[in-house]
Amino acid sequence: MDLALVVVIQVLYAIASLVIISAGLAVIFGMMKVINLAHGEFMMLGAYSVIGAMKFGVNLWVAMFVVAPIAVGIVGVALERLIIRRLYGRMVDTMLATWGLSLLLVGIVTSLAGNTTAGVSAPLGSFMIGAYSVSGYTLVIIAVAVALAAAIRWVLLRTAWGLIARGTMQKPEMANALGISPSRVYSVTFAVGAALSGLAGGLLAPLTGVVPTMGGAFVAKAFITVIGGGPAILAGLVGASSLFGAINQLATFLTTPVFGEVALLFAAIVMLRLLPQGITGRFFKGSL
Amino acid sequence: MAIGIALLFGLPGRLDDYDLIQVTIYAVMSILGVSLAFIWGFGGILCFGQAAFFGLGAYTYAIAVMNMGDSTFAFLLAIAVPALFAAVLGYVIFYGRLSDVYMGVITLTVTLILFNLVNSTAGPEWKIGTAPLGGFNGIPGIPTLNMPGNPEDVLSPKGIFYVTFASLLVVYLGLRVLIASKIGRVIVAAKENEQRVLLLGYDARAYKLFCFTLGGAIAGLAGCLFANWGAFTSPTIFGLAQSAQIIIWVIVGGLGTLVGPIIGCVAIQWLTTQIGTQQTFNSNLVLGAILVVFVLMVPRGIVPSLGLVIDWCSRKLRRGDAARAPTAAPAAMVTTRATTAAHSGPRA
Repeated sequence: MDLALVVVIQVLYAIASLVIISAGLAVIFGMMKVINLAHGEFMMLGAYSVIGAMKFGVNLWVAMFVVAPIAVGIVGVALERLIIRRLYGRMVDTMLATWGLSLLLVGIVTSLAGNTTAGVSAPLGSFMIGAYSVSGYTLVIIAVAVALAAAIRWVLLRTAWGLIARGTMQKPEMANALGISPSRVYSVTFAVGAALSGLAGGLLAPLTGVVPTMGGAFVAKAFITVIGGGPAILAGLVGASSLFGAINQLATFLTTPVFGEVALLFAAIVMLRLLPQGITGRFFKGSL
Repeated sequence: MAIGIALLFGLPGRLDDYDLIQVTIYAVMSILGVSLAFIWGFGGILCFGQAAFFGLGAYTYAIAVMNMGDSTFAFLLAIAVPALFAAVLGYVIFYGRLSDVYMGVITLTVTLILFNLVNSTAGPEWKIGTAPLGGFNGIPGIPTLNMPGNPEDVLSPKGIFYVTFASLLVVYLGLRVLIASKIGRVIVAAKENEQRVLLLGYDARAYKLFCFTLGGAIAGLAGCLFANWGAFTSPTIFGLAQSAQIIIWVIVGGLGTLVGPIIGCVAIQWLTTQIGTQQTFNSNLVLGAILVVFVLMVPRGIVPSLGLVIDWCSRKLRRGDAARAPTAAPAAMVTTRATTAAHSGPRA
């Protein structure tokens, strides 16, 4: 019984971390159709900004929830202005340029911080369920993922800004005719996506080692989740995260973490063969 | 081509073994670059995971030769296994009608899967036959190529150079012939306008699959030669950095040419070696900057851009003649680029 509860918590945690990892990409790729292969490096910058902020004595929670998103959001605005903006509508070129960007960011951070693993210890300690110990931080991740999904839904559906953003993504000319500047909307949306990636990096910093090349571990998972989710941003994100997270965690439970990852990626490829439009291309059509 | 043959026979006499080994690795990487140049520049398939086939070739050769002793069959297996892997992967992608964006992401994912898998196989319990996989330590001491049928007669560095350089020339020439043949024309046509090719009665998916499989086989050959070059292979050759490098060679050299990627490969390899020796800049930083700059500023790459410049100059020199017969090769490349750009428009 205790074991079942622990496994359920672990599965929820796997799902939640996929939601967190992929949220920024869901905004950038799902809404703007920009393939951002530097997504993992945005997360890496988030993680480093947490470490940097803590060196200046900033509280861990403030560093994670405030400093990381803002820092990476600013980087996002700058990169959108300098590079991404010139490549809208050229998907393959965007992909190549952002890949170059990812190498560039890894190179810059390696030069500045060195190729060593920095770490933040996970806060909140752990508690016991029967004979099993569960980290308190696991529950934080699950709570944040739920809050994040709710917040994305609220912003997109209930605020004027969400309406404007969705409208601009559908028909930029029409939005322009109504007096909205599409280029500003793109810029802000990209910044929000980057900020979400930064938040994800900050949140995961205590769980994974912080190295300049940490992004590579996330980018494939995030892309598979977002593409597996399909056209509906939020329903796809949650649906695909649930499917892949559960597969990952159950395979990890039965074998080793490495095979858990492999099972996730393999399941994703099989699923894309069966449902090329992603989960929401077939089910939950018309949802957000 | 003539330069290539001249180099094949001229270099071994002029260089000592150390330099010859350096040239050999450039040739190995050039084969890898040509494999991507073919499937991307002529088949229109952007594969982010060409390194997966490369690594698979190296590992297949290493494992097979350690089990069998004789390298001939291992050599063939190192081409066949990546080709088979590419065929299965290509079947999923092309027959699932996934767009090129998904293609990029899936190939990237597969590369990561292989990297993770191989990386985790450290320890004596992971072995195929008598060959330990070694995990992140890689496989050292791989027996190099020997004369067919005689495991005692192992090739010298000079012999490896001949094999590698001849392979490069054969691959280059073979692809040239293929591209000029009917099959090659259909492959290029499928890149330009897949729907029209379908309506003309060709199964574009089958042609793309063939192109992709051939690319996988060539990359496997390069991997096998790589394992021979250093007698060593490690999981990093599956890594993202390796995949990125191949793409950078092609972008820098020029998409839609076969010579361009060879030039790009040699230039970039030389550059990374130089950076490695002086420690001031991080090589990732430089490679990333090169990629971004080329995508933004020189999207056609060095060779086609040079072709354009030469074309423009010659047109300036002889206005009358140039209008009637501009140099064929650069003009063809320009049209290729232009149609690709026109294509990505509506899709995005």
